[in-house]
Amino acid sequence: MNIPLNRHSNILDFSLSSLLRRKSKNLSLLVVYTLIIFVIASLIFFVQALKREAAQLLKEAPDMVVQRMVAGRHDLIPAAYGEKISAIRGVTSVSPRLWGYYYDQVFGANYTLLVAEGKPVEPGNIMIGAGVARNQRIQASDMLTLKTSANEALLLTVQGIYPSSSELISSDLIILSAEDFQAMFNLPPGQNTDLAVTVANPREQVTVAAKIAELFPDTRPILKSEILRTYDSLFEWRGGMIVVILAVAVLSFIIFAWDKATGLSAEERKEIGILKSIGWETSDVLLLKFWEGIVISLSAFLTGVVLAYVHVFFFSAALFEHALKGWSVIYPQFRLVPVIDVYQLTVLFFLTVLPYTAATIIPAWLAATVPPDAAMRS
Amino acid sequence: MIELSSVTKTFNADRHNQFTAVDDVSLTIEPGRLTILKGPSGSGKTTLLALIGCMARPTSGRIRLHNIRTSFFTEAENSALDITSLPERFLTEIRRTTFGFIFQQFNLVKGISALENIMLPAYPTGENQADFRRRALELMELFSVSRHAASPVEWLSGGELQRVAIARALVNNPAIIIADEPTAHLDSKLSGEFMEMVGNLKSEGKTILIASHDPLVYDSVLADTVVGMRDGRITGITGAA
Amino acid sequence: MRKSSLFFLFTAANIALIGLITAHARYSQAMAETGIQERAGLVRALQLTDLCLFTEARYTRHPAMADRFAPFQDHPGAMEHFPSGSLVTPPLKRVHEHSP
Repeated sequence: MNIPLNRHSNILDFSLSSLLRRKSKNLSLLVVYTLIIFVIASLIFFVQALKREAAQLLKEAPDMVVQRMVAGRHDLIPAAYGEKISAIRGVTSVSPRLWGYYYDQVFGANYTLLVAEGKPVEPGNIMIGAGVARNQRIQASDMLTLKTSANEALLLTVQGIYPSSSELISSDLIILSAEDFQAMFNLPPGQNTDLAVTVANPREQVTVAAKIAELFPDTRPILKSEILRTYDSLFEWRGGMIVVILAVAVLSFIIFAWDKATGLSAEERKEIGILKSIGWETSDVLLLKFWEGIVISLSAFLTGVVLAYVHVFFFSAALFEHALKGWSVIYPQFRLVPVIDVYQLTVLFFLTVLPYTAATIIPAWLAATVPPDAAMRS
Repeated sequence: MIELSSVTKTFNADRHNQFTAVDDVSLTIEPGRLTILKGPSGSGKTTLLALIGCMARPTSGRIRLHNIRTSFFTEAENSALDITSLPERFLTEIRRTTFGFIFQQFNLVKGISALENIMLPAYPTGENQADFRRRALELMELFSVSRHAASPVEWLSGGELQRVAIARALVNNPAIIIADEPTAHLDSKLSGEFMEMVGNLKSEGKTILIASHDPLVYDSVLADTVVGMRDGRITGITGAA
Repeated sequence: MRKSSLFFLFTAANIALIGLITAHARYSQAMAETGIQERAGLVRALQLTDLCLFTEARYTRHPAMADRFAPFQDHPGAMEHFPSGSLVTPPLKRVHEHSP
């Protein structure tokens, strides 16, 4: 074996022996460190996977959704608007959307009621999301009772349930016919919830949106790019409750680690003196401290990242469920497609491993410059 | 051979608390001999040992080492190496290849096993661990402390600590052993044992340099040269060759 | 065995695990392709605009369709009170649209 490698493994040997002397202290440090890396890495994995999924799915969303605003609120839009919008150059098609929310008082859940284009269900029939089926404890061909706005019961047959693999988009959906939707909510004739506008040329979308806003000042066009951006800014890991809690944990860890790493006790100082007196160079002492820092921080980082991956992609981020679920009664059960964001993990590496190692080395550096005969004179 | 000419060491130069620990010392230490620096505390013995052992540089004067092995000097130039003006890292290399140190307080690292303590000076040399580990175990065998190889040093008795400290001084197989008040914390019996071990080392051809004010040491029959010191100056040399 | 060798082994094992999860991520992404196609097809067919993540309120169920002042639609005094609300922010563009 060559000399530099031998030197490293020899000094690492001593670093480990040295760390093992304060076994419980260093072990608890390692555990806390790993836990913090685990939570942050879990968050990174979860958010990145969700963002990727959102980007892949929502690129199929309508090019533009036009809402009508009345007195500052989202209101019904007349079908006549759609006719005029479809006349705008660049607009391929306009399709009115009918959708709304329904609160089930018995089960305490919010459903999204939606009339799908192309009539996938006949009047009296519905398609439901897996979350609704779970919540109502019903299966295909069972009956579901909804209460109309006139407080009458509307009996609907479950024609099918969307597969659980699609829960991330369909969990709370009830797809019904336009007739049943009308029976439920008794909308004024010729009115829709909003309009989905198709613009074939993506570069024309902004121009078309401006034209619509000009033509109908009471409308608000929402572009697909804005929808995508909404989900891109979702779960921004700089904002959000988890990060706030995490910040406190990280801060206390930094204080703890700083105290641990920088607090060079009189005994440690003496040890450095001994090492210098028996022929260790300043650089050897620094190498010793470097390895002490690396052993803790690298182990914590690698273990934390692996555990986080298992947590998010094998256990569906079980620890985050409560925070995400909030007050929801219907919570989609989904398995995320794994994504490893090398950039963010690298940033995490540099923000955790390097400062800790530096905090271990720097105070030792000051002590390591003592003259080697100091140990003799004491 | 170690050659000192007009070596002076002044601490806190040009300040009100300036004091000269070693004052104009010239001395030749022969190889393979036991040299004792004798004198009361504060006589400059320890400072002189530190200067010879490449731990500190003299304020003035020269120290030359003859026939030592280093990686940075070839054999031809090797005949006499002036260590007074060498850079720090060369001094460190000489220190760990040429000298073995035995300290008054033993200076063992607590919480670490006796074996690892003995191996400590060899770690940064980059030598293969298996090699110096074997050497350390042989030394433990030699000093009959093998059964403590895995024990932390604080479990060992005074005599055992002493032997571990000597073993540590020998692990890099140095030509010169330097001991500073080695018997200060030992009773007469252990001091006697220590001198016995010194005798063995001497018979192996090691150059030994001991600073002590213990009669058991400087009156020992093993001592080849006794250098008396007081106030940083040599007061007399007995038994010089 | 030497302590340093144990540490190197441990680190090597960890790095191997990182490699393994990277491979697993690649593999899963390839395997999930059909599922994503199916879901994307459903989004297209139903003209969906949002992921079904939080069903507790309208503006958390359809963040892309909601307003900056969405919380007040429920009740004038209704401040931000859902945990998910702290995770969801409207697009910056529309924050400006509705700022006074």
